[in-house]
This record gives sequence, C-alpha cells and structure tokens, in this order.
Amino acid sequence: MTVTTAAAPAPDVVPDDEPRILDPGLARTDRVFHNVARAIGVFVLVLTGSIGLFLGYQAIPTLRRYGLSFFTESQWEPERDVIGISSVLLGTLEVALVALVVAFPLALALALYISEYAPPKLKSTCVSLVDLMAAVPSIVYGLWGFFLLQPNVIFLSRWLSQHLAFLPIFKVDTDPNAAVWAQSRYTASAFIAGLAVAMMVLPLACAVMRGVFAAAPIGEREAAFALGATRWGMIRSVVLPFGRGGIIGGTMLGLGRALGETVAVLLIISPAFDIKFHILEVGTQTTSALIAGRFGEATASQLSALLTAGFVLFVITLGVNTVAAVFVGRSRSGASTEI
Amino acid sequence: MATITEPPNVAPPSLAAPVEPPRERPRAIRTRTLDELSSLVGSLAGSLALVWLVFERILAWSGTLGFLVCWYVAFLALFAAVTAMSNPRPVVVDRLASATVHVAALIVAVALGSTLLYTMWQGIPALLHLNFFSQDMSGIRPTDPLTQGGVLHAIVGTLIEVAIAVAISLPLGIGTAVYMTEVDGGLSRTVRTVVEAMTALPDILAGLFIYTTLIVAFGFPRTGLAAALALAVTMIPIIARSAEVVLRVVPGGLREAGLALGASQWATVRRVVLPTAKAGLATALILGMARAVGETAPVLIASGASTFLNFNPVEDPMNSLPLFIYTAVRSGEPEAISRGFGAATLLLGLVLVLFVVTRFLARQKVGRR
Repeated sequence: MTVTTAAAPAPDVVPDDEPRILDPGLARTDRVFHNVARAIGVFVLVLTGSIGLFLGYQAIPTLRRYGLSFFTESQWEPERDVIGISSVLLGTLEVALVALVVAFPLALALALYISEYAPPKLKSTCVSLVDLMAAVPSIVYGLWGFFLLQPNVIFLSRWLSQHLAFLPIFKVDTDPNAAVWAQSRYTASAFIAGLAVAMMVLPLACAVMRGVFAAAPIGEREAAFALGATRWGMIRSVVLPFGRGGIIGGTMLGLGRALGETVAVLLIISPAFDIKFHILEVGTQTTSALIAGRFGEATASQLSALLTAGFVLFVITLGVNTVAAVFVGRSRSGASTEI
Repeated sequence: MATITEPPNVAPPSLAAPVEPPRERPRAIRTRTLDELSSLVGSLAGSLALVWLVFERILAWSGTLGFLVCWYVAFLALFAAVTAMSNPRPVVVDRLASATVHVAALIVAVALGSTLLYTMWQGIPALLHLNFFSQDMSGIRPTDPLTQGGVLHAIVGTLIEVAIAVAISLPLGIGTAVYMTEVDGGLSRTVRTVVEAMTALPDILAGLFIYTTLIVAFGFPRTGLAAALALAVTMIPIIARSAEVVLRVVPGGLREAGLALGASQWATVRRVVLPTAKAGLATALILGMARAVGETAPVLIASGASTFLNFNPVEDPMNSLPLFIYTAVRSGEPEAISRGFGAATLLLGLVLVLFVVTRFLARQKVGRR
C-alpha cells in the first residue's frame, strides 16, 4: 500500500530544497555533560589500563631472564638467583579450591534458602546479613580462622588424614594414630586458610546466585506448582535451570576473589616453598602472601620478579572473572527493564 | 506468592442438569502439614537419642563436630524413612532438600555469628580501657599491659585514608558509570571491558603498583596519601561497576519521559536517573567503602605500619586499623593480640555503622520519592 500525498502543483521555479535538519544537535549543557563524562571515562580507562600494562611491562625482563623456569622452579631464593612460582601457584590454587569446595554448596543452599524457603519477613534481613558478611574485613576472617577455627579444625584434619589417607591430598607426613599426635603438623595449612577464604567467597557467590534465582519467571514457577510439583520439584525444574548461568558465574567470581586474597592467608599459613598436594599439612605459600612477605627487602630486580608473580596472578583472576562475567551477563537483563 | 488459585471449573455443557462443581481450594504451598511437622520433630528427637547412645555410650567417641555431623546424617536417614512410610517419593526428596537447605543456612549463620561474636568477645578486655581510644602506640612495647597505649593513630589513619580514597574514587567511579550507561559511543564499551577486568585486580597488586611507581620510581616517601591512592585504585572499578549495574536497571521509560518533557540529557540524568538509582548508588559506595576500610594489603605496602599519631597524609607513614591488627597479632604477645582484637572490634563497628547508615539513607530516599 502506498501512501500518496497531495501533490502541490509544480511551481515554475524549483528552489534548491534544503532538507530540514531533524537532529537539532546537543544543547550546550549536554555537550559539556558528554565531554565531562567522556573525560572521566577516558581517565579511568587510562588509569586502570595502565596498571595492567605496567604489570605486563614489568614482567618482561624477569621472564626474559628466567624464561620458562620461572614457571617450573619451586623455590624463591633471590640471593641464589633461583626464582620460580610453581609452588606458589600451586598453593594459591589449593587455597582457592578448598575455599570453593566449602563455599559453593553453602552459597547455593543459602541462596536457595533466601529466595525460596525463608519466610517473607525474614528475607530482607537475610539479604542484609549476607551483605554484611561480604563487608566484614578479610583480616577479621583471618583472626577467626587463626584463633577460633584452627584449634578446632586440626581434629577434623587429623580425622581426615586417619581415614582418607589413601587419597594423597589428605595425607600428612606424621603418624595420625599416635597417642600423642603432632598437632603442629596440622596447623597453618592450606586447608585452614581455605576455610577462612571460603567465608569471603560465600557472600559474593551467594549474592549473585540469589539475584538470578529471584529473577526466575513467576509464571513458570506457578505453572510448576499447578502441575503438582513439590517445592523442590519446582526449584529443580524452574529455578535451578534458569539460574545456571548465575550459579556458575557467581562461583567463578568467588574463585577470582579467593585467588587474590592476601591478609587472611598471610595470617594463617606458614610459608613453605615445596610442591606438595597435602592440603592438610603445615606450610604452603600463595602468590599474594609471597608479595606481601617479600616486597620490603626486595631490590629492583626482585621487585620486578614479584611484579611478574603478581602479573601471573592477575592474568589468572582476569581469565576467571571474564568467564564469570560471560555467564552472569547471559542471565542479566537490566537493560530491558521497562515500567 | 503464597497460594496458587486455579481458574473456576466450567461444567461441561452436555449435562442436562449442571452439577455444582466442588469448591476448589487454593493449594497451600508454604504451610507445613501435621504429618510433616510431627515427622520432623520426631526424627530430630529420635536421631539425637540414637546418636547420643551410639556415639557417647557405645563407641565412646568424642568431639562436638563429629557428634553434630553424625546427628545430622542420622536425622536425614530417619526423616527420609519416616516420610517414606506414608508419602510418595517426590515428597521424600522435597523434605530432604528442605532439611539440607535449612541446615546449610544454619551453618552459615553460625559461622558468621561466631566470627562477629568471637571477635567482639576477645576485644572486650582492650576496649574497657579508655586509653585504648585516646592514645597511640609510640614508645609502647607489644608486651606492655593494656593500661598503656591505644589505637587512636590507627583510627585516625583509617578515617583519613578512606576519606581521601572515597573523595577520589566516588566521582570517578560514578562518572565512569554514567559515561558507560548514558553516553553512547564505541569507547564506552572499551571502558566497560577494562573496568570489569580491573575488578579482578587482587588488592595487593594495587598496593604494589603504587609502591613501584610512586615510591620506588619517583621517590615519594611511604605516606598515608600513597595508601589512600592504592585504596582508591582498588575502589574505582568496584564502585564503577556496581554503579553501572544500578544505572542500567533504571527503566528506559523514565529517561524517555524526561527527554520528552524537553529536559536536556544532563537534566534528565541529574534529576531523574541518579535520584531513581540513589539507593543502589549508595550500596555501590558502601561496597567500595567497606572494602577499603578493611583492606590491609595496600596499606601494608604503600604506607607501612607506624606507632604514632599522624594527621598529615603527605608526610610520614600512617597506620590503619586492619594493618594495626595484622602487626599486633603477628607479634604473638597476648597483650598485643588482645589489642588486635580490640581494634578488630572497632573495625567491625565501623563497618557496621557504615552499613546501617547507608541502609537507612537508601530506605529514606526511596520512601520520599
């Protein structure tokens, strides 16, 4: 269907038609606003980007000097010119994995509790408590882990090493069945540090998961109930599939946090540069704890080596967070919110 | 969503005399039936008795943790068995899932509660001394009794450092968020990517960055300002990202309404978008602040511990509460640990106050709108 317009009789002289400008351009205030906003954006871009670039740039001389052995060497002895981060990276991963294994089920269950099980009156209190948990400084969790958890958890560690020692990760190089057992062999381990870090991972992961669960479409929930599903049936068929992205993303965000945690770990572990998979045993080392412990007496080249270790850590957390963002972003739909 | 109402039944028209359909009752979802309640209580009591008998009397094991775990396992088994006697399988699974979720929530509550209460309990001895708030630690050895020395220098240091960090990072963070959401352009995507990436920066690297550039390369001394800058570097991405999420949730219709009324974009942002998102922005700020207040590693690297009161952020190191706690606890002396816990209680109190104030502000603003 064509739209016909009433054609005016053609005038004799056709003036050059100038199309009317539909876009009036920006008002002056808006031009200022745009420029200021852009300036701030660019400044932050340059500032934050330069940190990443700076770390990468600092890593070059170290990597050139030590080559691949930087990643395979386990000792950190600058005075002997032996520097490597394999044991440190392993320790970082162990602590983070312990934290995840503990925090993930708890975070999932807590998120389900808040979004599905909690009485409506209690819900906002629970959300505030989780936020508060996220706001508690990491040093406080460090104190909790060191003074309250450690004296109690060594019994659990011993029990695990008594009964599960056939798995190498639960092995401890001492006789767990001795009448007077060596308690100090079970302290300051990656396991205990991981438990403290789990307290920091948990609220982060839980907040993301709860947000996604709460956004599960109400129509489908009601449909599940209308078909006679129990509450768990509804959760399994509606909430969990809908929130899968948030579950994975939230967990990975937590992993990113766990990898970079410094002071709680520094407080709990006793440094040891061995490659070992015995998470219950005394002594381990993480990248950030290494940096915090060594930067003070570092010379310029050692500082560069520490920065390289930091850079490797940053690249790992960056990768983890990017994957997490992809998962979380899939289930986030804020942009399409309408009134 | 407490109940589901079903549509009224329509009687089939073929019947000669329409039969009155039985009244439909909405299905109750949240209430517990007597069966569920009694099996729950019964299983709890029964498993407790059983485990006590086996654990304490017959096997003579020990340990509270082991007892609780055994009780929980026995409870689950008993609860499942009792439920299965008179219910189909889905109900059994439902009740087990419910029990598991509730216990997990309880575990987290206990962990959080024990963290807060233990810290405060241990902190009481130090907090009872008035000099703890009014003195610094200059000339005080870690072994000196609690009647000497205090954490005034750390309190002042924390407040000054965080204030500087907020003053730097709040405008930059929210400005970046506004740029990312309100101003179009190819660059805003790059900014978003980089800012999101930098939230992954471990806090210690922010400190190491400031240390290597400002202090080692440019030769500035280690000061409170350097620590504040390191804190700001960690805060900017956090604030920017959480503020962006909040701004993006502001309904597009509100913006269009503002623009349709002839307001400039700046006026729309200032009078419509930002006020609408105020509660969320306050949360973004508090997330950043709470993070900065508790941050130890950047201060440790960029400023370093000190024992004396210092109001000047551009001269001499400045201590902060988390750093004070760390150094005090590391010394291993009972008095120093006691001081550390006192400082930790103060720090928790500070975080709590920040938390409550922001919640209150956010709620008030929403109510007035």
